[in-house]
Amino acid sequence: MEVWKYICNLFPNLGTLITDGLERVIPHWAAYLVMAIIDITVILLIVLLVVMAFTYVERRGLGWFQVRYGPNRVGPQGLFQPVADALKLLIKEDIIPTASDKLMHFLAPVVTFLPVLLIFAVVPFQKGAILADLNVGILYVVAIGTVSGIGVFMAGWGSNNKYALLAAMREISQMLSYEVPVALSIIGVIMVSQSLSMVQIVEAQKVPFILLQPLGFIVFVLGLAAQINRSPMDQVEAESELVAGFHTEFSGMKFALFYLAEYGSALTGSAIIVTLFLSGWKGPLLPPYIWFIIKVFGVFFVFVWMRATLPRVRIDQVMYFGWKFLLPLSLLNIFITGIEVLIWPEFPWFLLFINVVIAGILLLLWSMIFRLRGGVPVEVQQ
Amino acid sequence: MKSNNNKGFGLGIAKGLALVAKHMFRRRFTVQYPEKKLPLPKRFRGNEFVWYEDRCTGCATCAKACPQGTIKIKTLPAKDNKYFVETLEIDTGHCIFCGLCIEACPYNAIFLGMSYERANYRRRGLVLDKPTLVGAETRPSAYFHPELEGSFPEVPHIEETW
Repeated sequence: MEVWKYICNLFPNLGTLITDGLERVIPHWAAYLVMAIIDITVILLIVLLVVMAFTYVERRGLGWFQVRYGPNRVGPQGLFQPVADALKLLIKEDIIPTASDKLMHFLAPVVTFLPVLLIFAVVPFQKGAILADLNVGILYVVAIGTVSGIGVFMAGWGSNNKYALLAAMREISQMLSYEVPVALSIIGVIMVSQSLSMVQIVEAQKVPFILLQPLGFIVFVLGLAAQINRSPMDQVEAESELVAGFHTEFSGMKFALFYLAEYGSALTGSAIIVTLFLSGWKGPLLPPYIWFIIKVFGVFFVFVWMRATLPRVRIDQVMYFGWKFLLPLSLLNIFITGIEVLIWPEFPWFLLFINVVIAGILLLLWSMIFRLRGGVPVEVQQ
Repeated sequence: MKSNNNKGFGLGIAKGLALVAKHMFRRRFTVQYPEKKLPLPKRFRGNEFVWYEDRCTGCATCAKACPQGTIKIKTLPAKDNKYFVETLEIDTGHCIFCGLCIEACPYNAIFLGMSYERANYRRRGLVLDKPTLVGAETRPSAYFHPELEGSFPEVPHIEETW
């Protein structure tokens, strides 16, 4: 029983163990520094490993949905396929276009990948296992999440390729325009949980917020899917349209970094969804961090499912969807949640049903009002 | 242009998602080569040739019919006023597998084979000469000779089972 409690509280226990061991040898400030470096290395390893697992889940999952096997030759059941991918990308030749902007071409993958790692500083794996328990955790996430847009634009501009530039501009416009409904739907969650800190939000979820905020959940998931360029809003990386979008002119390890950044954003997006809406690490039997990993993989599986089902949306349809459908819905969500928090601050149980019903009605109503014009010009009355 | 008045409002997407989720549990179409191989049609135009020495008279009609000039035949006079085929070389690296030689042969002495796995590291390994043709395991294909389909042996294949 004691061993089980120790395992359930694994990360904080390991942390205190290492810190105590270090403090006997080196002074306090040095122990703090070493502990910070160890934490950062552990987070880096976790991110890389889970991103590799995500690429495997995506390829196998897509294969299953398309009535075929995914890659199943490389290891047992194809488990070493991501390793083979990484090795292949490492030994490729690094081609730089002659007329490209060398500094931007060099820095673009780095600038795109770093925000992924930075967001992981506030993702709570467990009660005490968060790298930096900021008071304003979710604000930090929203702020850092947009920085990768700069990297994308550097990639598009530095490639000296007009199609890559077009793709980069589309990507930035999509990312920025979906930032607004995403941030606004987070406000609904904050109003219910009364705090911006990630740990406090998870602690406040006696009932997972997906039940209390169904509209906010839908707006957040769709907005996030568009922000990280996942299908069905992935025309930026559509192989049939713009070759590879903004990362056309990148090969070898630079492409590997873009690939990592894409799946890393999917990982951070899924982690944020789990923290905000699916009650983070809470679960009955297993240790908390196992529940967190299971939920993150579950959310990513839903993303793969969406990719396997839905056809690609055109860029102007993407913009219409973001501004005219998601943004008003998120504003209405804030309004309704505000009324509820004001009148019933302790959240009685019937609010769940009211919320789901209101969300359903609003979605139906808004879909009826929202007509996709989709680039067809309105007929002029003669 | 009137926008389409779909009754979906998200229901269509939900039905699509449910359908694709059902696909996860279907039997998969992929045949896991090389452990399992697909059955081949009886008249398959394979990668090799089957030559019956006892029926060949050395008339070289096949060599004359070949558009590439791939077949090389050299004959010597034998007893009973017949020809003895000294060299018969077919370069499968050069051959286009059109089958005109099979259509041309008046004695049904040459057939296409059922193989498709004859890749080689060297080009000279692709040349079928007379000793190889005589000693080969004969798996002839019934291309251009559908009446002989029943008399040819079955090619072994391993079919995928669920």
